[in-house]
This record gives sequence, C-alpha cells and structure tokens, in this order.
Amino acid sequence: MTTEVHNEVQTESHVHHPNYVKIWAILVALLVVSVVGSMSGVRVVILIAAFGVALVKAFLVAKNFMHITVEKRFIPYLFLICLAFMVILFAGVAPDVMKHEGLRWSNDAAKHAVQTGMQAAPPKHE
Amino acid sequence: MSTQVQHAEPGVFKKYFWSTDHKIIAMQYLFTGMAMGLIGGYLAYVFRMQLGFPNQSVPGFGIVTPGKYNAVVTMHGSIMIFWVAMPVLIAAFGNFLIPLMIGCDDMAFPRINRLSYQVFLLSALLLLSSFLVKGGAFGGAWTSYPPLSANGAYNLTPIGATLWLLAVALEFVAFLLGGINFTVTVMNSRAPGMKMFDIPFVIWMIVLASVVFMASVGPLIAGAVMLLFDQTMSTGFYDPNRGGDPLLWQHLFWFFGHPEVYVVLLPAMGIVAEIIAVFARKKLFGYKTILYTAWSVGVLSFVVWAHHQFVAGIDPRMANIFSITTLLISIPIAEMVFLYIATLYGGSIRLTTAMLFALAFVAEFMIGGVTGIFLGASGVDIYLHDTYFVIAHFHYTFVPIAIISVFAGIYFWFPKMFGRMMNETLGKIHFWGTVIPFNFIFIPLFMTGAAGDQRRVYSYAQFAEQARPALQHLRTTATVSLLVMLAFQFVFIFNFIWSLRNGKRAGANPWRSTTLEWTVPSPPPHGNFAELPTVYRGPYEYGWPGRADDYWPQDVPD
Amino acid sequence: MSTAAAKPISNTRSDTGIPTAKLITWWVIASEIVVFGGLLVVYIMHRLGHPEWAASAAHTNTWAGAFNTFVLLTSSLCAVLAHQAADAHDGPRAAKLLRFTALGGLIFLVVKGLEWTADIREGFVLSSGGFWSFYYTLAGLHGLHVLAGMIIMLIVAADAAKNQELQRVECIGLYWHFVDIVWIFLFPLLYIAR
Repeated sequence: MTTEVHNEVQTESHVHHPNYVKIWAILVALLVVSVVGSMSGVRVVILIAAFGVALVKAFLVAKNFMHITVEKRFIPYLFLICLAFMVILFAGVAPDVMKHEGLRWSNDAAKHAVQTGMQAAPPKHE
Repeated sequence: MSTQVQHAEPGVFKKYFWSTDHKIIAMQYLFTGMAMGLIGGYLAYVFRMQLGFPNQSVPGFGIVTPGKYNAVVTMHGSIMIFWVAMPVLIAAFGNFLIPLMIGCDDMAFPRINRLSYQVFLLSALLLLSSFLVKGGAFGGAWTSYPPLSANGAYNLTPIGATLWLLAVALEFVAFLLGGINFTVTVMNSRAPGMKMFDIPFVIWMIVLASVVFMASVGPLIAGAVMLLFDQTMSTGFYDPNRGGDPLLWQHLFWFFGHPEVYVVLLPAMGIVAEIIAVFARKKLFGYKTILYTAWSVGVLSFVVWAHHQFVAGIDPRMANIFSITTLLISIPIAEMVFLYIATLYGGSIRLTTAMLFALAFVAEFMIGGVTGIFLGASGVDIYLHDTYFVIAHFHYTFVPIAIISVFAGIYFWFPKMFGRMMNETLGKIHFWGTVIPFNFIFIPLFMTGAAGDQRRVYSYAQFAEQARPALQHLRTTATVSLLVMLAFQFVFIFNFIWSLRNGKRAGANPWRSTTLEWTVPSPPPHGNFAELPTVYRGPYEYGWPGRADDYWPQDVPD
Repeated sequence: MSTAAAKPISNTRSDTGIPTAKLITWWVIASEIVVFGGLLVVYIMHRLGHPEWAASAAHTNTWAGAFNTFVLLTSSLCAVLAHQAADAHDGPRAAKLLRFTALGGLIFLVVKGLEWTADIREGFVLSSGGFWSFYYTLAGLHGLHVLAGMIIMLIVAADAAKNQELQRVECIGLYWHFVDIVWIFLFPLLYIAR
C-alpha cells in the first residue's frame, strides 16, 4: 500500500497546533520551581524538584513540541525500546561499577576514594 | 509509470567516485572491503607463520617481534570485523540489493549514502595510516581493554592507539548513516503491493542488523570518547588510581560487541536463505517463524554480553545470569538452522558454487554454535577463556559469516552486478580449496586450546609450561592449512577478474529466481526499473503445480 | 542547494505514512538516545556510587545552568513556531524563526563558554577527575550537538526563506527538541541535584 507522497503534501504535517507560548510559559514556571525546590535543603523535595520536574518538562516538550503522541505508534515504541536497552545496560553494569563490593570481591580503590572524599565537608553551594 | 531519470552522461570521476547511485556505492564498499580482506588475510599469514614456525623470519614480513605480533593480531581482528565483514555483508550487499529487491530506483537519501561511504573510506585510510606512524599500529587487541589501551607506556603504540580509536569511531558513524538510510528506505519505499511479509528475507536481515547495530553502539561511542580522553587528556575514566574502573570499558565494549556478532550473522543468514530457496526450487520454510525468531535473536543479543567477562572480575551472581541467557540464545539460532534444513528437504537441489558455499555456511556455523555452548557455561569458561578454543569457536562462526556466506553471495549476485557469469569449475575448485583447509586450521586449534594454549602470546619459548613441543605439530598444521587456503583464494581472484570481461554474458535471470532484482537487466541501468514494478505475492513462490515454470516472480500479475 | 528535481522516487514514497525526511529524523533521534543514554547511565551509576562527588558538583554555576535551560526552552519555542509557519506555507517566517532558534543556540554556547572559563580559572578541568571529567564530557558532547544543530538549522532556513524544502523545518525542529530534552535532564544531573 504505497502512497506517492509529493513534496508539497509533505510540508503539511496535519498536526493540531496548540498555544505554544502557553506551553513555553508552563515550562519556564517549572524551571523556576525546580531551581527553588533544589535550594530547599530537604532531600525528597530536592529530588522531586530536580528529576520529577525534568520528567514533566521532557514529556511536555515531547508531546506538545514534537507531537510524539499523534505520531505513528511505532515511533514512541522505538524510543521506549531504546530506553529499555539503557535500563538493561544499567542493570548489567551497575553491580560491578556502581557497587564497590560484592560476592567475594571488593573495589578498594573506589571505597578509599569515597571515604577520603566524604571526610572533607562539602562547602555550601553558591 | 515511466521513471527514466534524465541525466547527462557523467564523467569518470562523477560516475565512479562521486556517484549517489546505490549500485556504484555498493561496488565501492565491496571493493574496499575485499581489499581490506586481503590485508587482513596477510596479517593472519604473518602471525600464523610466527606460531607455526616460531621465531623464524617470515617471508614477506621479517622477524615477528612481540610488539609487532601484538599489532598484527590487533589489526587482523579489527580489520576483519569492521572493515571486511560489515562493509561487505551490510553496506555492499545492502546497498546493491535493497532498492532492487524492494522495487524502487535508489535509496531514500542517496547523498547521505554517498557520505556514508566517504566517511567509511576515511576510517579505513586512517586505520591503515597507523601502520606508518611512530610506534606502529595499535597493539592492544581489537577489544582495546584499558589500562593497556589507555596508556602509551603500556601498549607502546600511543599514536596507533588513538588513530585506531578514531578510525573505529568514524566507521561507526558511517554505518549509522548507512544503516538508518537502509531502514528508512525499506520501511517507506517498497513497491506497491509489497507488504511486510513479502519482503525478501535478506532485506529484513540487513535492516534488523542495522537496527541492532544502532541500538547497541551508542554506549560504546560514549565509552570511546572516554577512552580517547584517557589516552590524550589525562582523564582517569578507566584508571583505578584516579577513581575509574577498567571493567566499565569492558561492559561498554561488549554491550555493543555481542550484538555486533549478530549484526554480521543476520545478513549472512539472509544471503544463505535466498540462495537455498533458489537452488532448492522451494519456498523458504516458515518465513514468518524464521523472521520472528530472528527478531528475538536481535533482542536477546542485548542481554548476553558479559559472557565475554566471566573471568574479568564481574560479580559471580551476574555471571550466573549471563550464563543462562547465553545458553538460551542458542535456541532461536538453532531453530533458524532447522528451518533452513526444512527448506532443503524435498527440494530439487542444484549444487552451483553459490549453493555449495551456502550449504557449507550452515554446516560450519553449526560447529561454531555448538562450541559456543561450552564457552557460555561460566564454569567451563574459567578454563577455556583466552585459550585457542575461543579462537577456534569464533572463527567457526566468523569465517562462515565473513567469508563463506560472502563468497556465496558474490557467486550468486555476480551475474546481476556485472552482467557476466563466473566460471563454475573454477568456483568449485575455489570452494573445496577454501572449506577443507579452513577446517584443518581450526580443528587443531580446538585441540590445542582445550590443552591450554593461551591466545595473544607471540611465542611460547619464554613460557616453559606453555611451550609443550608435543603440540607443535597441531600448531604447524594450522599454519600450513592457512597457507593452502590462502593459495586457493587466487583462484577466486582470477575467476572474478577474468569473468568481469570474459565470462559468459548473463541474462536478466540466469538462476530463474522470483525476486525483483532478477527482473531488470544485468547489470541494472541507472534508475533500475524502466517501469517501477507492482508486487503480487511473496518472494519464494517456487514449485506451484499447474504452472509452466517452477517459479512465479513477484511482479507477474497472474 | 535545493535539489527537489533530483530526488529519487524512493524518497517520495511512504508505506508507513510518515514522510521519509521525518522518518529518518526519528531514527537519528533514536540513535542519539542510546549515545546520550549510554553516557548518562554511566554517569548516574558513578554519581550514585560516589556520594563524595556532591562536593565537586556544588561548584557548578546553577544560575548559568538555569539561564541556559531557559534559553534552550525559548529556542525550542521558536523552533516549533517555525514548524507552524512552515505548515502554513510561510517559508520566510519559518526561516526567521529558525534563525532565532539558532541564535538561542549561540547564546547557549557563549554562556557555556563563559561558565567553563570561570570553572577552569578555579582549577576545575577535564582531568580534574571524578565529577569534572563527566561534567565536561557530558556537557561537551551536548554542546557539539547544539553546534551541529545550529549549522543544519541555518542551512534549512536558507532553503525555507525561498519557500523550498519546507518539510525540513519540522525535521530540524524535532532534532532541536531532542537536544533540548537532553539538556532538561543534564541540568538537574549536573547542577541542582545534591
């Protein structure tokens, strides 16, 4: 079922164009939230402000600017598969690289680095 | 619908060196890959001479010092995988076959196609230039493990190491560009009526290989940037003294490295499938099953990588997991082989040279696959790792992939590419002169490896417990067999060159095949099809009773 | 530069319903997901395993990072408005918006240059080890993609200004949004997470 798609037709992507400036304003507001929240000093708040907001912003850009939700299903599935491979990468490598000891092994160099580093008190962030 | 593109006849430069025509680009990849194959073969000659006749001057090379040995084995492996197997199997056959077999006039993006070859050529030249720099070519093995590869004081080839890394990175870029182009073309540009399961199997395999390559190479590109910085910018990503971890490189490398072997295996299996169907005059048995199985191989290939690292110091619990997944992946591959055998069963077999090579692929690859089971079991691998058993295993997979299936494909598609038939008698001599010696190279190496011969050692003279003169006759047999096998390649080279001008003229469809590339003249003109075809059926409709011919081309309406 | 006449038939077909230019853009983005994803996964597992890196991370300039985030978000707005203009067949307007997008990229790179100069003056360089090696590698790789995007964007804008190859406006926009999304994750990872 090949459709001959000519260049003129191809320039029209037939997507519904939302109010992009409104989306942008939400993104900027979220940016402010993330910066303010990260200065709160409360660990859970910092994590949500930093990464929770990042996830929301990324989704907003993907949905509203890239129109990924109205694209053929194949595309978001492809991206999810790529991300799944990254999860597999993490799962296979972290037990050796992130952890510094395991079943009958120990990464003394890394443990030493962590220990020395933690002993010096971290300065206040500018 | 007439599609003859109106072009003025281009000059020699534009036609052969600046072309965007997929067929010319295919030839560029093919000839570059074959030339690199000659270099890779020469390097194998050098190190096998050293191993078979230790510490004697090698004719055509000289004395093989430890440093030179390391460089020769490193470059042999790197060249054969990145500059021979991939360009010939994926880029050459992919470029030539895809537009022809799916019924269109060129790739979707011909200029990106041209760029991919130019980047590839640059990568090859960069790699070859490393032979000429101070210190010589990189000697840290094709796997380039740090700290050896990160530290010039250790590998003694600091410039070569960085040139190697840059060459590999450029090669990756070339194949990303090319592979994405192939994928888009097959997804979008098929002839009207060619549904997903009407696509010839080799095309599916080349696309799947391109996708697996793309998905797996990203982390290695990241890792290569980090290694480059370790080599040149005094970072310590892989240096434990600086807080880094050599094991990280190994993981990043093999996360790509293992899918990579399926990246080259799948197109080889695709080529063999096409040839088996044509010369058994029989429909490919279980097309959908083979296809789904191949997809599952592609996915599973991402979860087996650490079987290359069983003795590297990974957590033993991870070794358990990877051992299980590695053994599991042998199942779908075996299934694909069974389906090929089922295709042959009851077929009207015609043993042309191409068919002989295709059948040899199946038989030899099975030996490679079965010996992989030993290595995939982590307990046995503790003993066998880094021995010649591993080398024999992967040559029983790689030689069928990079050499046997490539010869099968060349003998099969030479008439279409060049409009002439190759000489069948010379082809058969070449076949037997390749396959028989090949076995006599590597069966002795299974034996020496199981007896404990360590790989990547230039000479056992300094290591009394390794030397074991009683095994030397096996090592020498391997070397002599390689010399025989190399000698027979001259038969192929002669046949190829001679047939280009003097071979019997081939018609459009000398093998009486059903797929679309055989409906156009040999060689195909620019634009491929005078009238773009419409497809009415699958690609393997052979042996329909009641029809005059025993084959039913895809583009014939009734 | 425009070569509409020389396009092969294969470029104009669309079995998937997605135009070939957009399809290849999606595939390029997929390949970049695993490149950046690979580097990010490696960084994350190091950061989680090395809590002492927080001390080094404290030295990154949050305001520069936040301003750059704002710049990229705004440039993404320009890119998508350019797409909207291209859809309306207004090539010159699309070109103008694409050029603003590229300008955003330039501002991003300039601010980064200033930021890095300050960091280097304080003695934090690529080989300072640990956090800093990753910081420069991650942000550097991202910056290269910003630069490449800017160059391609200006080439697309040149054609669009003449109402040619308007389908490319959306494609370069998609790439730019991806580069923006990578930065959306780099910002917390390198600047504000502690």
